[in-house]
Amino acid sequence: MIEFKHVNKYYGANHVLRDVTMTVSRGEVVVVCGPSGSGKSTLIKCVNALEPYQDGHILVDGIDVGNKARSATHLRQRVGMVFQNFELYPHLSVIENICLAQRVVLKRHAEEARERARRLLDRVGLKDKEAAYPMNLSGGQQQRIAIARALALDPEIMLFDEPTSALDPEMINEVLDVMTALAADGMTMMVVTHEMGFARRVASRVVFMDMGEVVEDCSTEAFFSHPQSRSDRARLFLDKILSH
Amino acid sequence: MNYQWNWGLLLRAPYAGWLLTGLGWTVALSIAGWLIALPLGTTIGIARTSSSRWVLRLSGFYVSVFRNIPLLLQMFVWFFVVPELLPAKLGLWFKRDLPAPEFWTAVLALGFYTSGRLAELFRAGLQAVPRGQRMAADATGMNRAQALRYVVMPQALRIILPPLTSEFMSIVKNSSLALTIGVLELTAQSRQIENFTFHGFEAFGAATAFYVLVALVLNLVMVCLQRTLALPVAV
Repeated sequence: MIEFKHVNKYYGANHVLRDVTMTVSRGEVVVVCGPSGSGKSTLIKCVNALEPYQDGHILVDGIDVGNKARSATHLRQRVGMVFQNFELYPHLSVIENICLAQRVVLKRHAEEARERARRLLDRVGLKDKEAAYPMNLSGGQQQRIAIARALALDPEIMLFDEPTSALDPEMINEVLDVMTALAADGMTMMVVTHEMGFARRVASRVVFMDMGEVVEDCSTEAFFSHPQSRSDRARLFLDKILSH
Repeated sequence: MNYQWNWGLLLRAPYAGWLLTGLGWTVALSIAGWLIALPLGTTIGIARTSSSRWVLRLSGFYVSVFRNIPLLLQMFVWFFVVPELLPAKLGLWFKRDLPAPEFWTAVLALGFYTSGRLAELFRAGLQAVPRGQRMAADATGMNRAQALRYVVMPQALRIILPPLTSEFMSIVKNSSLALTIGVLELTAQSRQIENFTFHGFEAFGAATAFYVLVALVLNLVMVCLQRTLALPVAV
């Protein structure tokens, strides 16, 4: 469903993605982890063309992301994204946040959009918050609404860029629960996260990146259960984040 | 100081009428100028955040021209120079057939000058909206215009509303410069009263009071607008 073929990206002289080649199949949940600055976020932002890349190809359902003939709008309707800092629109109420892109991008009718939004709010457990404004919600609630906003466009792929990194510890699980349910429903997901518990439970594969390179790309089982057969860099990283 | 105060004079004909028509011209200049400045300033301000080099350069040039040349000089240029540069017929129409040419010239000068200032205000406001907001709009498939219209601009407007109020007040005060090209607005009328009666204190006092009144009304309107647009505060 997503194919990376020898993708290279540079910020000036800085080589931030190095020859990334991998595949994400339909229904797979791939967790991307690695030390900060390793290029994880940049990698998933290339999938929906938020970040340009200079070399190689990314194919979403066989269609080249870098191919300008097809508009990014078309691509982005099919690829939902959730950000570290939620990025809900502060001037719009919760339901307006979820309806906006449905209305202006998909041209859905107001009633249809609202109904879809209400069903999604129910799904993320925030049915009673439709009239609230983002500022009045907790981080965990905001992130669940951000997930609902992305789902409102009926995407086939969901990208998560450190969705729980900005949350207080007691709110992490409410967001992970929503993501787990989404994975169980068969959504294709790429998740940048440090939540190794989530990776272990939900991911079908784990990709470990360091310095712009994919160092490990293996099944979750292999990644966590056979550390001795992993590279030094991956082992070092795992030791650091699993030690406490 | 031996001065005979005579405030009653201001209420007498023709002076009361002069002051009121002066106030009328001042308000008309300010509103007409603002109607030019706001759409132009918004457009140029958006252009100032463009990713195209040429758009950036052109809009930057626009801003430096209209913001850096003294308004008084701009009035003179619009009044004395521009009609000469136009094709002969149009120039003649401008100077002779256009009703109240000095008024329209002053409106153009005020409008363009203020648009340069507003452009910088809008640029700053647009840039003050966190980058992630545009990214979120992009990620849901909105195009640039939609992201601007529905996500970035509503937030930028709320940020710049207080300085926008100051600019609105500035245009009222700047409109007094129109007297130099012959518009009989509030300041000009009070000067005329002074010339006729030698009661400058009362005449200028009245003009001052009217300016303050206009400013207070404007301020009130903008505060109401700010209240209506205010986002709910975190509880």
